[in-house]
Amino acid sequence: MNNEILIKNGRVIDPANGIDKECDVLIVDDRISDVGKVEKPAQKVIDAAGKIVTPGLIDIHVHFREPGDEEEETIASGSAAAVAAGFTSVVCMPNTNPPIENETDVEYVHRKARQARKTHVYTMGAITKGREGVELAEMGFMAEAGAVGFTDDGCGVQDPAVMLRALKYADMFDVVIAQHCQDNAFAANGVMNSGYFSTILGLPGIDPLAEEAMLWRDIQLVKKTNVRYHAQHISTAGSVELIRAAKKDSLHITCEVTPHHLLLTEERCAEYDTNYKVNPPLRSAKDVDALKEAIAEGLIDALVTDHAPHLQSEKELEFLAAPFGIASLECALALFVEALIEPGILDWPGLIRLMTENPAKIIGVDKGTLSPGKQADVTIIDPKAEYEIDVNRFRSKSRNCPYHGWKVTGKVEKTIVGGEIRFEA
Amino acid sequence: MALKRKSKQFKWQRKHLLGLRELSSEEITYILDTAKGFEQISTRSVKKAPPLRGKVVVNMFFEDSTRTRNSFALAANRLSADIIEFTKKASSVSKGETLLDTARNLEAMGIDIVVIRHSAGGAPKFLSRNINACVVNAGDGFCEHPTQGLLDVYTIRKIKGTLEGLKIAIVGDIAHSRVARSDMWAMTKLGAEVIFVGPPTLMPGRANELPVGVSYSLDEVIEKVDVINMLRIQFERLGGNPFPSVREYSHYFGLTVERMKKAKPDILVMHPGPINRGLEMESEVADGRNSVILDQVTNGLAVRMAVLFLVNQGAAISNR
Repeated sequence: MNNEILIKNGRVIDPANGIDKECDVLIVDDRISDVGKVEKPAQKVIDAAGKIVTPGLIDIHVHFREPGDEEEETIASGSAAAVAAGFTSVVCMPNTNPPIENETDVEYVHRKARQARKTHVYTMGAITKGREGVELAEMGFMAEAGAVGFTDDGCGVQDPAVMLRALKYADMFDVVIAQHCQDNAFAANGVMNSGYFSTILGLPGIDPLAEEAMLWRDIQLVKKTNVRYHAQHISTAGSVELIRAAKKDSLHITCEVTPHHLLLTEERCAEYDTNYKVNPPLRSAKDVDALKEAIAEGLIDALVTDHAPHLQSEKELEFLAAPFGIASLECALALFVEALIEPGILDWPGLIRLMTENPAKIIGVDKGTLSPGKQADVTIIDPKAEYEIDVNRFRSKSRNCPYHGWKVTGKVEKTIVGGEIRFEA
Repeated sequence: MALKRKSKQFKWQRKHLLGLRELSSEEITYILDTAKGFEQISTRSVKKAPPLRGKVVVNMFFEDSTRTRNSFALAANRLSADIIEFTKKASSVSKGETLLDTARNLEAMGIDIVVIRHSAGGAPKFLSRNINACVVNAGDGFCEHPTQGLLDVYTIRKIKGTLEGLKIAIVGDIAHSRVARSDMWAMTKLGAEVIFVGPPTLMPGRANELPVGVSYSLDEVIEKVDVINMLRIQFERLGGNPFPSVREYSHYFGLTVERMKKAKPDILVMHPGPINRGLEMESEVADGRNSVILDQVTNGLAVRMAVLFLVNQGAAISNR
């Protein structure tokens, strides 16, 4: 007897197949079986009237801190948070302790994810050994073990010759090279955006130029190679201009944006609340506008959280000393609704595309659609549900979330991973 | 004790002094007026008054300081408070006790006022949110040094009568100077026009958005100003080499006897100390008849007494 789930009467949005209509989705075992009017009975029927039914959401930028900082987050706790937020796939960043830099490390992440049995967990590997930006890490072995890309995220590869070598070498494998664009020479020891507020707060600034200089450099390197390049969490108007020009030149370049760079600006740091300390830093209103315009224009390929959990005791420090990072995985969907749907920048199919089809393509996995025969990763969303974000109810281990108390709209009702209901509100 | 209050209507409410940016001109004036009342305590034969008797002040200094720390200690003593000295080199990478734990431990001993100097901008504000004691900022990173700003305007007001309409140049490493920032807020709020003077590499980001003028030429500015405040070049804060050599810096931005010839005859020459003689200014200028550098130190004591007195009063109001 097959295991069947029939999701009835939802608004099915599957951008990859151009579907946005009220219909049913039939899941048989771990596969999508049918999308349309399904009349036959099923073992389990979910009434999705008034709800949105989409391919499972995909977040290609999270930090689950395992191995090394399990007090902040584990693959198990992060995975539980992910499915509660509608994410059926996530990509962990390799800046763990020690970093993910060989096939054993990659397999370790996968094993922990299997044990957690919540969401699909992928990982990127480090570009360079120890993320030190000097010697290439074993990209081939890691790719064979299932790493979906490479990045030294947390910092950028500073040496242009090393970066060029990485891009060239990666061409042997069908992988994406992702970069946290930040030239440390410009960023110095900065802790927030450099500008009026860093001046009056007496805090060292990170100039937008730090991001733009490295992105510009990488674009020149990408022109000399043939590999897929992904600019992580871009945050400035200048970066948008660079991406626009690169896409006009038809380069293999994609990019992503976080909710905090769409919702928050640098003046949030004015009270030295370290929950607003994040890297890249919160920028100016002009930058936020440029990112939103870029999304409306279709220049931004994916929306990600950059979920970066930290202990309260680590964040309860002077602004200079506290670590960078915002934990926002569990409220991500509502934040994107707030930033993009409510002001009319995107409609629902537009938003879902940036959270399903596109990120799947960037990391090169066969996901992000509801095509029959594909693995049954499905998210059911109540687009009208209003709620108040409460960090104390997070499944994530960390509470470093500046959106606590925000009243938001758009809630995940059910998350189905590989044909199993892994989360129900 | 007979304190003369000019602004009778005004009621001081704050239990912390974190910075001058957040103060109104009335509040700044009120502190200055209060300081004026305290000035005479230091000239009496018994240099002591009782308002902080039974109170405990902690001097919590995470950066080197001699004059500010001593000035606060003496101010607390003159007001009959008990004082604890706590000094420790802070490092953002040190894995020792956190600032918050340190403060909470001191608070558990029953302290009333924390005077804090710290290398991190915002450390006093952070502390004020997390402990019950009064917090007085004695310098945080390159954010603010409010008592220095207050004693600077006190000194100017005492001699010139008012700040209204004065032109004031602040010269040197503006980017890394908490004194420049506190001076800017206090002086502009009291009606003076402030000009930042220094090389572009030592100007803060977006100086054009600050309520000040900016000039790279001391020679052009010196003729026009009523007060000139020469900042100390803080070699420990300078990153990279923002100017090619000390000699070249002094050539363009040093206050020399020669340059002083172009200044107004009654110009006030100020310096927050300690002076690098021969670098920011020549000794003859530092010790010359326009210099009020030692008056600043004297006035600092009265201003700090006023601040300790007022935050204690503010605490009584807010705890009531």
